[in-house]
Amino acid sequence: MAEPVTILIDGAPVAVESGTSLAAVLLSRGRWQFRRSPSGEPRGPLCGMGICFECVVTVDGVPNVRACLEPVRNGMDVVTDA
Amino acid sequence: MSSPMPEREADVVVIGAGPAGIAAACSAAGGRRVVLLDSSVRPGGQIWRHRSPDSLGPAARRWLHRLQCHSVCFEGRHTVTEVERGRVACTAPSGAVTFRPETIVLATGARERYLPFPGWTLPGVLGVGGLQALIKEGATVAGLRILLAGSGPLLLPVAAACADAGAELVGCAEQASATELARFAAGLWRDPRKLLDAARYRFKAGNCAFRTASWVRRVERTDAGLSVELVTPAGMQRIACDLLATGFGLVPSTELAQQAGCAVADGRIVINDRQETTMPGILAAGESTGIGGADAALIEGRIAGAMAAGRGMTHELPLAERAGHQRFAAALERHFALRSEVRGLATPDTIICRCEDVRLGSLDPAWGSRYAKLMTRAGMGPCQGRVCGPALKALYGWETDACRIPAFPVPLGRLLTHCLTTNPTEE
Repeated sequence: MAEPVTILIDGAPVAVESGTSLAAVLLSRGRWQFRRSPSGEPRGPLCGMGICFECVVTVDGVPNVRACLEPVRNGMDVVTDA
Repeated sequence: MSSPMPEREADVVVIGAGPAGIAAACSAAGGRRVVLLDSSVRPGGQIWRHRSPDSLGPAARRWLHRLQCHSVCFEGRHTVTEVERGRVACTAPSGAVTFRPETIVLATGARERYLPFPGWTLPGVLGVGGLQALIKEGATVAGLRILLAGSGPLLLPVAAACADAGAELVGCAEQASATELARFAAGLWRDPRKLLDAARYRFKAGNCAFRTASWVRRVERTDAGLSVELVTPAGMQRIACDLLATGFGLVPSTELAQQAGCAVADGRIVINDRQETTMPGILAAGESTGIGGADAALIEGRIAGAMAAGRGMTHELPLAERAGHQRFAAALERHFALRSEVRGLATPDTIICRCEDVRLGSLDPAWGSRYAKLMTRAGMGPCQGRVCGPALKALYGWETDACRIPAFPVPLGRLLTHCLTTNPTEE
C-alpha cells in the first residue's frame, strides 16, 4: 500500500506515501494553510469530506481541486495559495 | 440527437457509498444492474473511511467484502451534480457522465454542523469529523496539541482516534450539561454496544480533561500556535494548542433530494416505511433521512435496496430494529440540543459565509437565506451554503434555500455540454 511517489508541492519535489489524500500529505508536512479567501484571509481544511471547498489547490494546472478528495499520484504538480 | 455527454446504462443508481448506500447496492444487486456512486476514491463513506480495510471493524469489512462479491459497479471520484426522476448527472476525472436508471437511491449521508465564533476560519481550526477523516486518510498528527470542542457523540471517538495517532489531547469540551449527557447515556441501555463503545473511547482518550457545559468563545493565532478561550462552569480558561477541532452534531445532506423535488421536512428527506421519498422512482436511506448511526443506515439501506430490486417488503426485513434506531435519533436531538450561548458567539465582524467572506454584521436577522444571497452573496460560493446554511438556521432560524443546479461546481466546459444536452421540455 505505502509505495512512495514523488509529487511537486509549490515547485519542490517531495517523496510521499501513495494511497493518501493530497490534503493528508500537506497536513502531515505541517501545512495547514492551503489557500486564500476572496478577501485574502488564510484558509485550510475544515470538513475533510469534500463539502466545504476550503482545501482547494491547483493540481496539474486545474484550479479549485479539493485536496481532501484527491489521491496523490506520482508526478502530480500541486500549487497552493499560501 | 447524438449527445456529447456519455450516457451509461443502469437499472439502479445508488448515490453515496457509506453504510446505507453499500447495503442498498448489495441488497438491490442480483439481476439488476446496480451502480454505486461516491465522491471519494474508496467506498465506506465517513464512518468506514479507510486506506486499508485492515483498519476497519469486522462489520465494515464484511459489508465491503459483500460489495465486491455482488455484481455492483462502484464508481469512486464521481461527484453527483444533478438528480431528477430517472436521471443522475455527475462529474468524474474522465469528464461528465449521465445515468438513466429506473430507480435512484439517495444515500447522501450527513455532514457536520459548524457554529461560527471569532477565529473559526483560521487554518488549524477544523471540524471534529473533518479531523477524523483526515487522520483516516493518513494525515500525521503525532505530537500535535489538539483541543476538541463542540457537541455530540462524535467527540469521544475522535478523541480516541487522536490519542491513538499519538497526538497530545489538551482537552475535550462538550456544550451539553453533565445531566443531559448522563440522561443520554442512560438511554443507551437498549443498545449496550453503543455504551461499550463509549466506555472504550473514554478509556483510549486517556486522562484528557473531558468538560461538560463548556464551549470555545474565541480563538486567535499566536507565535506558538492557537490560543483558545474556553468557557467552563469554573470560569474562562485559556488553552494553547496546535489544532482546534469543532463540530456541533450532524445535519442530513438533503441538497440532491430537494433538487429532485423530494419533500424535505425538519431538515430530513421525507420517507415512508418503504424508504420511498415523495418522488416516484426515488428512494432514500441512512443519515439523509435522519441521524441514526451506521446500524440504522444499514437497515434502511437493505430495505431501500429490496424495494429498488422490486422485491417489496418481505418478512426478512428488520423493521422492528429500524424503529429502535429511530428512537436513538430522537434522543440525540433532545440531549445534545444547542444552548443559546453557542448560537450567539459570532460578533459583527465574524465571517459567516466562508466562501464569499460575508460577515455577520452585514446580515439582517429579519432576512431569510434567499434574500441574504441576493443582498450579500452569502451561500452563493462553491459550497452552496452547506456550511453557512445550518449555521444561519441555528443563529437566526433561517430555513435553508434550495440548492441550485449543479449541486457542486463544475468546470464551465462541462456545464455548457450539460446545457446543450438537456432538453428544456423535460424541465
